[in-house]
Amino acid sequence: MTRAAMLRTALVAVAAVAPIHVRRNEPPGPPARYGLGRPATAEEVRSWDVSVMPNGNGLPTGGGTAVQGAAIFRQTCARCHGPTGVEGPFDRLVGREPRQGFPFGRDASLVRTIGNYWPYSTTVYDYIHRAMPYDAPGSLKPNEIYSLVAFLLRRNEIIADTAVMNARTLPGVRMPARDRFVLDNRHGGREIR
Amino acid sequence: MLRRGALGQAATPSAPSRQLGASATALGARAPNERLARVVGGTLHEISLTPLQDLHGIVTPSDLHYERHHAGVPRIDPHAYKLLVHGMVDRPTVFDLSALRRFPAVSRFHFLECSGNGESAYRNMRRDQSPQLVDGLTSTSEWTGVSLATLLREVGVNPRATWFLAEGGDAGLMARSIPVAKAWDDAMIAYSQNGEALRPEQGYPARLLLPGWEGNTNVKWIRRLEFADRPFMTRDETSKYTDPLPNGTARMFSFVMDAKSIITFPAYPATLPDRGWWDVTGLAWSGRGRITRVEVSTDGGTTWSSAVLEQPVLSKCHTRFCFPWKWNGREAVLMSRATDETGYVQPTLAQLRAARGAGTRYHFNNIRAWHIAGDGSVTFGVGG
Ligand code: HEC
Repeated sequence: MTRAAMLRTALVAVAAVAPIHVRRNEPPGPPARYGLGRPATAEEVRSWDVSVMPNGNGLPTGGGTAVQGAAIFRQTCARCHGPTGVEGPFDRLVGREPRQGFPFGRDASLVRTIGNYWPYSTTVYDYIHRAMPYDAPGSLKPNEIYSLVAFLLRRNEIIADTAVMNARTLPGVRMPARDRFVLDNRHGGREIR
Repeated sequence: MLRRGALGQAATPSAPSRQLGASATALGARAPNERLARVVGGTLHEISLTPLQDLHGIVTPSDLHYERHHAGVPRIDPHAYKLLVHGMVDRPTVFDLSALRRFPAVSRFHFLECSGNGESAYRNMRRDQSPQLVDGLTSTSEWTGVSLATLLREVGVNPRATWFLAEGGDAGLMARSIPVAKAWDDAMIAYSQNGEALRPEQGYPARLLLPGWEGNTNVKWIRRLEFADRPFMTRDETSKYTDPLPNGTARMFSFVMDAKSIITFPAYPATLPDRGWWDVTGLAWSGRGRITRVEVSTDGGTTWSSAVLEQPVLSKCHTRFCFPWKWNGREAVLMSRATDETGYVQPTLAQLRAARGAGTRYHFNNIRAWHIAGDGSVTFGVGG
């Protein structure tokens, strides 16, 4: 073969394999799934899923009243939130705002409480279950939590003395600040909101 | 002269070049003269602030990254760590740490900022505040992890799921509802910060990272993602992290951190010992994308000039700006004003107060000021 012929052959060979080379140099596209992780067992989901939604999804069986809650509150909560949930030293839990019009945006001195600011009653259950008592989280049983929720709702003058809080009644409790919340309407651009 | 960097006294040889130096070490340490520290605050020591005035560039050293936690820093065994993903998904799945690290990794530089950062610039104009005390609840890191979109495909998220709950494994099981759209956009489960595993106070061994969104939503010690067709209304998205407005409403799910900037030098407690050229510098950032412009005023906001943006200028990341300034020795008020790629301009205090009211909480991104007195001392605010 002449040098020119050899070169021609080589070029044809390169041309023939080139598309394959190009394809080989590209990383493979991501698979639909990598097959990592393992299926969660029903028991794992059950024991970790603590969330309670405004419609009551996630609330356990059980129940309690403000009278039952008062005793538990005195014993396990009062040292941090005060005998009536007002005095502290930590977050004030009880208090209604006598003024009309939800004046939190105008008055920096207003303290937000369950009674004057929380839009959903189910959040009280969800949060106490997750996080309280602060130094012994996860130590309360459903009946105790329902009782504490009833106590706090009663102190905030939202439910009656005798009301039983349970998975059926709690989602139906309408909070004073329920209609005060609006979605974020900021979206960049020139306007300051 | 005390400029940037907190220089302390430490015993050093008078002629170090005439003395054999120290050996290599397994773990490096800061030069003994460099005294960098967070300031710890809160009645329960639940916050610590980054010393913005002592840092250069945009990356925050990991041990100086700000902290905010609601039930302390948990100690989590990385071998026992699990992330449970369930709810409206085809395949409820548990990922351990090695599974998370086996997915293709993504690395990105992003700022984090507590949405309560800078409240003192809105309400408490104490003059003896450093950038650390005013705005130290923000830091920038290079975060590495798995893109949340990858995990969504892995578990087969139901297209009707619009929200997911992100829950931490701390003593308060801190939880926030997040729109699924953010997961498809740029969210990640991060396990690394600045090249090494997350620090415990930053969520070790894994955290949610939502670029540009208020710090609290970037749930640390992430242990559970539950997909649903509505938000959960947790305590930290109702009682807290909602913004009362002057019209008798309160804004909820106010996720994005708007554009903001602060001059970090000259700033209290630094002083200008003499007139002449000084490099005014600081940080600017926006949760909506890139910073496109920073302007500096040396006359209290009457006139403004563009500052230089130092590279890199990254989306949803601290951006360093500088502005060479010849001080004539007279009283001056320095301010910075950031603009982001949406055209949003950092507002004045009056503008923000008009929109939000005196009593609002969170998202305090109004223009900050530093007063330079004739003797070169610098204090926070407009002075007078
Ligand atoms: C050791 C002190 C301590 C004890 C005991 C304690 N708490 Fe708390 N509580 C706190 C702290 C601190 C916070 C604020 C936590 C935070 O900021 O995230 C808090 C917050 C709360 C909140 C939310 C307040 C708000 O406005 O957002 C509720 C509700 C609450 N506690 C209920 C209870 C109940 C019910 C008990 C008794 C079972 C209890 N706490 C026991 C310290 C305590």
